[in-house]
Amino acid sequence: MPAVRCVDLCKTYRQGEIAVKGLDHVDLEIAEGGFVCLSAPSGGGKTTLLNAIGGLDRPDSGEVWVAGKRIDNLGKGDLARMRLRHIGFVFQAYNLIPVLTARENVEFVMQVQGVAAAERRQRALEILEEVGLAGLGDRRPARMSGGQQQRVAVARAIVSKPALVLADEPTANLDSHTSDQLMELFTELNAHHETTFVIATHDQRVMEFARRLIRMLDGRIVEDIRQEAA
Amino acid sequence: MTGSTGVMLRLAWRNLWRNYRRTLIMLAAITVGVWAMIFMTALMRGMVDDMVRGGIRALPGHVQIHHPAFRDDPSVANLISPPDESLRAALDSGDVLAWSTRVRVPAVISSERDTRGVVLLGIEPEREKDLSFVAEDIADGRFLESRDDRGLVVGRKLLERLETELGKRVVVMSQDPDNEIADRGFRIVGVFESKLGSTEESFIFAGVETVQKLLRIGDRVSEIAVLGNDYRKVDGLYEAISTAAGPGVEVLPWYEVDRYLGTMLAVMDGFVWVWIVVVFLALSFGLVNTLVMAVFERVREIGLMLALGMTPRNILSQIVAESLLLLVFGLALGNLLAWASIEPLKGGIDVSVVAEGMEMMEASSVLYPALYVGDMILANVIVLVLGFLASLSPAWRASRYEPVQAITKD
Repeated sequence: MPAVRCVDLCKTYRQGEIAVKGLDHVDLEIAEGGFVCLSAPSGGGKTTLLNAIGGLDRPDSGEVWVAGKRIDNLGKGDLARMRLRHIGFVFQAYNLIPVLTARENVEFVMQVQGVAAAERRQRALEILEEVGLAGLGDRRPARMSGGQQQRVAVARAIVSKPALVLADEPTANLDSHTSDQLMELFTELNAHHETTFVIATHDQRVMEFARRLIRMLDGRIVEDIRQEAA
Repeated sequence: MTGSTGVMLRLAWRNLWRNYRRTLIMLAAITVGVWAMIFMTALMRGMVDDMVRGGIRALPGHVQIHHPAFRDDPSVANLISPPDESLRAALDSGDVLAWSTRVRVPAVISSERDTRGVVLLGIEPEREKDLSFVAEDIADGRFLESRDDRGLVVGRKLLERLETELGKRVVVMSQDPDNEIADRGFRIVGVFESKLGSTEESFIFAGVETVQKLLRIGDRVSEIAVLGNDYRKVDGLYEAISTAAGPGVEVLPWYEVDRYLGTMLAVMDGFVWVWIVVVFLALSFGLVNTLVMAVFERVREIGLMLALGMTPRNILSQIVAESLLLLVFGLALGNLLAWASIEPLKGGIDVSVVAEGMEMMEASSVLYPALYVGDMILANVIVLVLGFLASLSPAWRASRYEPVQAITKD
């Protein structure tokens, strides 16, 4: 069973008077444990595709399947529950809830899932250590660097062991050294936890870490390359 | 507490203090608003209590028993027998503080200079002392000493109108049941003063047996007045007395005997509601504005939480929780402030500067704030319920955000 399957996805946006094709008959399958980069110039459709896979945005037509379940026809509440159980998100910015500490941010998803306090605390501390933030659990996001904040976001995305992690330009606000560290972390988590990663990026360095590179242009997949990761 | 409830409350609490100035201002507004609701209600209640108690002391008592036709024709033609054994048992029960029989007839009083129409009341002085104002409000002379006391107690204003004085004799004239003139001379032994001039002019008091002899009515009486423990909880007493009195008589609670007072109390109950709701409406603008601002400032964050798996209902609950937390703290402080400001004033507030106006309303010139638990509960419930409803609109808007649009909002 593929982790993600998209069938003939179409999505059109309106920018003023002009209709822009975000997704133009996209067909895609991503295997479980895959490490995939979606690459496209700005407006090429990578974020639109990522949002459709994550149930954050609805396609105009076509089907989206995640972990064997069709999600494009779910209601808001069911979509939210599906995201909660099956998908971890890492966004480019505004990734953390500012009034919660790093540990509480990591615990957030587990707490909404209803995981017991002691267990989620334990798991949060372990995952923070795993992403190299041991001892920083009590810090609020405002007192952390951009790289540290992204690591907390990654920790939050994987702590509840979702089948799929979707990352939208996760390195856009990071320097090259921190970007490499983050990608190494992704690779390691992919290998150890067998979590499927789908990363939207236009950063060449990030693409080098992927085992599969999908290039998009004007809402269409124009190239699908299997490659050796860096 | 479930996981999502816990995280919602934590987020609600911390979000409140993100902009602590705005929260403190709103908290102060709620506190002052709640204080104003409770404090002003206590003052109004105090004034109404005073008026009603004064009204009840001015003869009605809490329950009265009459001949069924007495209200239409309060004359010697409509009398009842004194209480029988079963009624006496009810009247002597623990629910009754005091009771007394009275003969009440229209009469004419004449001095050597003037003549006036009055209501002649034959009373049982020992019982009447605990029931109505007249014994307490004797300003000159003495109160009646026995059922067959031959003296007469009159009001100060009437004394002035008759141009007579304490110790002088007057003639009181009425009709007996055979429509014959019944008259006799009385010596004025006491003068009472009342808040209301009309009371001083209208009523004269003599011993009940003296009046019964004058009117040739045997031991029959016009009314039996009964005083219970609380004028607000009079229905139980009314039921018990009605049952014991049996058929053939009319039993009325005080708010039927004095409809003006009864209506005034009902109007005041309504006014308390209106006052609390009006204050709340003023507060609600601030509350809704605070929540709208709080939501508007956190659109991206709300989008993030939706993306991470919070349901729209979770978001709605979180915003409502913020509002309720603010309200609960405001209510706690407002209640405390109201209690702290009313407690030292329980000895009374001197409002003698507006004494004339107060007297017109049959209220005294010292105002005693009355803090009722029921009023406090009413204010708290109204603020919580209406606050909850007011917060639904911004909370609903927040819960309807599309995560993808909210996250990318500038």
